[in-house]
Amino acid sequence: MATRTHKPLWGQIILLTLIMLVCVFPFYWMVTTSLKTHIVALQSPPAWIFEPTLNNYREALFEDGVLRTLANSLIIAISTTVLAVLLGVPAAFALARFEFRGKKDLWFWFITNRMVSPIVLALPFFLIARNLGLLDKHITLVLIYLTFNLPIVIWIVTDQFRGIPYDLDEAARLEGASQFTIMTKICLPLAMPGVAVSSIFAFIFSWNELMFGLILTRSEAKTAPAMAVSFMEGYNLPYGKIMATSTLIVIPVLIFALLASKQLVRGLTMGAVK
Amino acid sequence: MRGQVSRKTIFGFIGPAVISLALVGIAPLLYAAWTSLHFFNLTKLRQVEFIGLKNYWTVLTDEVFWQAMGRTFFLLATALPLQLIFGMMIALVLHQPGLTLLKTLARLSLVLPMATTYAVVGLLGQVMFNQKFGVINQLMGGANINWIGDPQNAFAMIIFWDVWQWTPFVALVLLAGLTMVPGEVEEAARLETKSRWTVLRYVQLPFLLPGLVAVLILRTADTLKLFDMVFTLTRGGPGASTEFISLMIQRVGFRGFDQGLASAQAIILLIITIVLAQIYIRVFYKEV
Repeated sequence: MATRTHKPLWGQIILLTLIMLVCVFPFYWMVTTSLKTHIVALQSPPAWIFEPTLNNYREALFEDGVLRTLANSLIIAISTTVLAVLLGVPAAFALARFEFRGKKDLWFWFITNRMVSPIVLALPFFLIARNLGLLDKHITLVLIYLTFNLPIVIWIVTDQFRGIPYDLDEAARLEGASQFTIMTKICLPLAMPGVAVSSIFAFIFSWNELMFGLILTRSEAKTAPAMAVSFMEGYNLPYGKIMATSTLIVIPVLIFALLASKQLVRGLTMGAVK
Repeated sequence: MRGQVSRKTIFGFIGPAVISLALVGIAPLLYAAWTSLHFFNLTKLRQVEFIGLKNYWTVLTDEVFWQAMGRTFFLLATALPLQLIFGMMIALVLHQPGLTLLKTLARLSLVLPMATTYAVVGLLGQVMFNQKFGVINQLMGGANINWIGDPQNAFAMIIFWDVWQWTPFVALVLLAGLTMVPGEVEEAARLETKSRWTVLRYVQLPFLLPGLVAVLILRTADTLKLFDMVFTLTRGGPGASTEFISLMIQRVGFRGFDQGLASAQAIILLIITIVLAQIYIRVFYKEV
């Protein structure tokens, strides 16, 4: 092996460096732009060396209300994740452990939820929310986010449950345990990695969402991405501030994504290859 | 006996999930279907009126709708092959032995684009592709290209970000496939032939197929859904040059206020999505 790889080694190093540069450079540019004053941010040609300032962050967070929209995003993402797990785990348990008619159809129905364009749901959901007086409320986003989070949780956790030996259930049942006890006391602790990963996914998808945030909120429940977009009105765009807000939105997602990077691809392709 | 439990138990476990998904997922769909059969304008709610299939007729004969649809599939047809080619190259490089540390770093940096909030990608695009102070023009040796204001350039820019964001995903999926190839088989094949292409085609490809199918299905679905990145980058402009199907429906429904027409467009998009999903399932799940 060692002899064969001698020549292409340099080629490999260059290619790998190139891959990293292309992936990382936009982040570098986002963060450095967020540290530029308004004047430096609009400098032409762009400046690579400048005196960094945290002014954009201070203004965005405390004067423009980005802090509150981040809090809204956090509340909404956590609530919808918790709700998706509470509803999804028992459903996943049933799909993994019980036999019943229509199980396969149900499974496919969960998959198709990932393919439907959100705009199809956004139109009627807006009208329904308006009629019920639910526009600009956190709960509205929490509920609509279930449409893409519940399927994710169900797929990943079902997969986990299937990997747990059935003998454990049998033994517990001989002891007289109910199915609910079997799920919570025996299977769930073993399925925790799946629950954790699916929670991270649900959180990331909710945190990143823009369209429903734009359509279903105005000010009270406005999410951080919708806030970032609202900076884009007018002519003299505050690019430094927009990039500061963007950085604040992306950082938590990146941390979670790197934590779950091993499962990331599996989680995203799940349902498509099943 | 395994798995035989009472109906009540089954319903107790799965019922809440099914009912809530039906409420937030299916009920709005039915409402959209109802709306699509009416004249339903947000600014003239007193005049809501049943008009049968008239909205559908308007949509189906509307050139602009089909142009948006065509644009959406054109994006898929240009961006997806690029993602597959680059993704394959990256996967093959990462699959080669040696340089462990560098490869781990490269794999971690591949996670970044996938994890970036779509809306932020669009905002970032506005900054980096700006004609005057954008870093892209600077990196191109002080070029003076109007990326955002020119229809063709704007489309190219969208392709660039779509490829940037999703090539890593393709690469990681294919890499996962490559690692499934049994080491001995690959080694044996390499002793037989010097051609990397032969090894790829006859030894590795069978292991890559499920991943490729997944990529194809997901990228098609995601392109039909595409909204956030384009909305923050170009808002569909200039003109209608980057108005993809989701953006068009949003414009008709929320800026033109014609919810009846937008719903008809949405239902047609839904039907196209379901038909495509069925075709994919029929074609691929027999083969793979």
